[in-house]
Amino acid sequence: MPAAKTQEKPKSFQDLILTLHDYWSAQGCVILQPHDVEVGAGTLHPATVLRALGPKPWNAAYVQPSRRPGDGRYGENPNRLQHYYQYQVILKPNPPNMQDLYLGSLEAIGLDLRTHDIRFVEDDWENPTVGAWGLGWEVWCDGMEVSQYTYFQQVGGLDVSPVAGELTYGLERLAMYVFGVDNVYDLPFNDPDAPLGHLTYGDVFLENERQQSEANFHGYDVAVLKRQFEDMEQQVPLMLARSYQGKSLVLPAYDMVLKASHLFNLMNARGAIAVAERASYIGRIRDLCKLCASAWVEQQDAA
Amino acid sequence: MPQLLLELFSEEIPARMQAGAARDLERMAREHLAAAGFLPEALKTFAGPRRLTLVVEGLPIAQADRKEELKGPRVGAPPQALEGFLRKAGLTQDQLVERDGVWMAFIEKTGRPTTQIVAEMVEAIIRGFPWPKSMTWGASKLRWVRPLKRILCVFDREVVPFAIEGIEAGDVTEGHRFMRVGYGWGGQPFKARDFDEYAKGLLDHFVVLDVEERKSRILEGCKTLCFARNLELVEDLGLLEEVAGLAEWPTPVLGDMDPAFLDLPGEVIRTSMRTHQKYFAVRDPATGGLAPHFITIANVQSADGGKVIAEGNAKVLSSRLSDARFFWDEDVKVGFEPWLDKLNGVTFHAKLGTMAERVERIVALATWIAPQVGADVEKAREAARLAKGDLASQMVGEFPELQGLMGGYYAREFGLDADIAGAIRDHYKPQGPSDAVPAAPLSVAVALADKLDTLAGFFVIDEKPTGSKDPYALRRAALGVIRTILDGGHRLPLLFAGGSALLGFVRLFKSGMLNVSLRPDAPLPEDEDSRAARAVVYDLLAFFADRLKVTLKDQGKRHDLVDAVFALGDDDLVRIVARVEALDGFLKTDDGKNLLAGYKRASNILKAEEKKGWKAQGGREILPDASAPEVQLHDALRMIEKPLADALAAEDFTAAMRELAGLRGPVDAFLDGVFVNSDVPAERDSRLKTLAAVRDAMGQVADFSLIGG
Repeated sequence: MPAAKTQEKPKSFQDLILTLHDYWSAQGCVILQPHDVEVGAGTLHPATVLRALGPKPWNAAYVQPSRRPGDGRYGENPNRLQHYYQYQVILKPNPPNMQDLYLGSLEAIGLDLRTHDIRFVEDDWENPTVGAWGLGWEVWCDGMEVSQYTYFQQVGGLDVSPVAGELTYGLERLAMYVFGVDNVYDLPFNDPDAPLGHLTYGDVFLENERQQSEANFHGYDVAVLKRQFEDMEQQVPLMLARSYQGKSLVLPAYDMVLKASHLFNLMNARGAIAVAERASYIGRIRDLCKLCASAWVEQQDAA
Repeated sequence: MPQLLLELFSEEIPARMQAGAARDLERMAREHLAAAGFLPEALKTFAGPRRLTLVVEGLPIAQADRKEELKGPRVGAPPQALEGFLRKAGLTQDQLVERDGVWMAFIEKTGRPTTQIVAEMVEAIIRGFPWPKSMTWGASKLRWVRPLKRILCVFDREVVPFAIEGIEAGDVTEGHRFMRVGYGWGGQPFKARDFDEYAKGLLDHFVVLDVEERKSRILEGCKTLCFARNLELVEDLGLLEEVAGLAEWPTPVLGDMDPAFLDLPGEVIRTSMRTHQKYFAVRDPATGGLAPHFITIANVQSADGGKVIAEGNAKVLSSRLSDARFFWDEDVKVGFEPWLDKLNGVTFHAKLGTMAERVERIVALATWIAPQVGADVEKAREAARLAKGDLASQMVGEFPELQGLMGGYYAREFGLDADIAGAIRDHYKPQGPSDAVPAAPLSVAVALADKLDTLAGFFVIDEKPTGSKDPYALRRAALGVIRTILDGGHRLPLLFAGGSALLGFVRLFKSGMLNVSLRPDAPLPEDEDSRAARAVVYDLLAFFADRLKVTLKDQGKRHDLVDAVFALGDDDLVRIVARVEALDGFLKTDDGKNLLAGYKRASNILKAEEKKGWKAQGGREILPDASAPEVQLHDALRMIEKPLADALAAEDFTAAMRELAGLRGPVDAFLDGVFVNSDVPAERDSRLKTLAAVRDAMGQVADFSLIGG
């Protein structure tokens, strides 16, 4: 059982991120920076989707900006954002004490586990666009989902062996809870006593939410999105057919899958995808993702 | 006698799987122990958030020694047969004994120690456990519902030594994940060598083992909280079961909700509490309406008495309800027409078209049903057209279980007639045997249209229920139709209803024509489509008959009576049930029982003669020299003819039975005193005709030949 560290509670949103970085770094994770392609969830970072596959151990933690165009609320909803941060930890193979490590991280960011009600509630995670699923839980803190905890069983339609454990923290929500803030835009982004000045989450992101919401719901040209989607779709197999030093270009190909996936989300937010078409779009992205996953695993096994 | 205690300790087991796991563990343990020849005194299992436990009382230390007798080939059989037997038995020929010309082997088996059998049993249980979903973890090859962490296995106070994939059995388990004796948090390991130590150890370490005790603690706790604040708990057994699987130390905590949310529909608040947050709702006993509070079942008894937990949960509920309000506000900006448009893109079933097409069919059906149930046709069309609209609303997208209900709320919000809003709200009813049936004529019309479309559709594509499988809940739909029709006393010919429902699919399948007159007596073009359509409708009618039988059987009616009435070819449920009830009453009387016996005798005689070629031809004449019983029955038949016809026309089946009762005496006298098969052909013919007249008269009421004696 991790002993309660005598650590100061984080003072700001960024402090919370740094605390998690410290914590997971101390456990032996590599601390990565965000992937530079728009994604809907931290899972989609190649450090999770691709690295979960193959036999090599891999322990990493990173923050990933996540875009959910349909969740835009023009900055008017205190809980919903179309752009937010996920904190992602991937541990392969999952260590036997992973639950305790996770609880230790909650304690590190200032949650007193004797006064809060932490619960592991069944939630079988799946992401059909990348052909991935796993078993695990939503972790609740006083009735609020603060993390998703998953033992990956398949990614890209391939078995994950050894099993990788994945943790996803919804950072804004967690921070609102830790700091007792009711509106995400009121979160202290940096230390309120910072000598160079204090900024709130709203100072940093409110305008972005307004403009992006309008673009998501009304701005993007559906015909252009559709064309770009199809371009990406066509590029993936071409990129995979190309190789360098005997390895097919799976990493760039996977970036294109991510772009296609984001374009799909934008079309969806524009209401341009009929319910009946949804499944077929998702199937197309999944097929591309499977191509990448198989190519990746081949390279891992060969290495 | 020694006791076995087994605990399989894992990471959190999904609440919905725990009860089944306890049953499976019990079944598997019983089977294994029985197969080893054990007959324990008692066996009990427990399931909770992190552990499955088995305790078996009264096992011996070892199996009893066993003597086995094996019968071999007969003496003098080919040597290969003997060799084969020796190989199988692991013996040599000098160990065999000859008995009655057959080689016998007598093998003494020493009983194995129970610990060995237990070790094998546990391994077999773990490897073969039927979890609905299981997983692997780390580099282990083991599968369990979530990672398996510990195995506690003690027999007669000693550890049973074995290991499975690196997990060694021991005498240690651990307590609550967070609560512990003393300072800090985290599960504390403790030793247990028997069930008493185990149960006490768990309680000392804040774990309630038995789900029933967890449930009663939850209920008691909730009621205490309510009493203190003068509130009333909204009881919810499904939720109770679920939360009892989510906490090892269940601790109800009352929290507050912003009263401003009380203007949202109560169902929205309750659904949000229940499905998202697993909270119990509470009522204000003075008004009967929801009170602005909730009860959450925490897993910990926290140092501050649950203050932080209550506040945190209140915040989460607030944001959930803000979302619900957002959905409401957005939905009322959109409205039915754009939603209906969206239904064009929603598939109802791959073979049955889109939701919009389904709506069209329901409208057509409702148009046809409305006048027969006393509903206004135009309003029925409108209600049916709008009924599925809310499926495209944001609120129903978030809370699918609020379908219909939200449509009703939105319809009122948009100023539609109250009865149209009511029909939209109630058209899914009844949603189960305990749900009320719709009563308002408009609601009845749309509800029946909805269900008939479902039934006809899945029968057309041959997705009928089989055995225990009924993925589209067609039995429930048929039962809903039956209950709605009977409760309201609606006169709706089912064959026509089935045919009309079927018509809706004709365009969808672009097949040829379909004649709506699907009754047996209606002329029908002899083509494939008509034949297929007729077959579907008759299938459907038989399906209704089956469901009706189940319903009436639940009310204590004999199923053969339903058969006897259905055999008349009637498809009017109200009339069918009235007949069954009258028949049931009649057959309980002396007259009824005797007349049934008489009917059977008469019908046996007729059957035998008809087999030989006799047929009733010409009118029924009484011969001048007929005997008294003949004349009597002849007259009795004539006397009841008109009153029976009148009673049937008036659908007064009790009166019809009364008329039939008048036949009892004459029929008995006839059968006892008249020799039917007279050598005089005219006499025989006249007497057979009289019996046939009895059969025909009774046959107007029911097919008595299908009724068991």
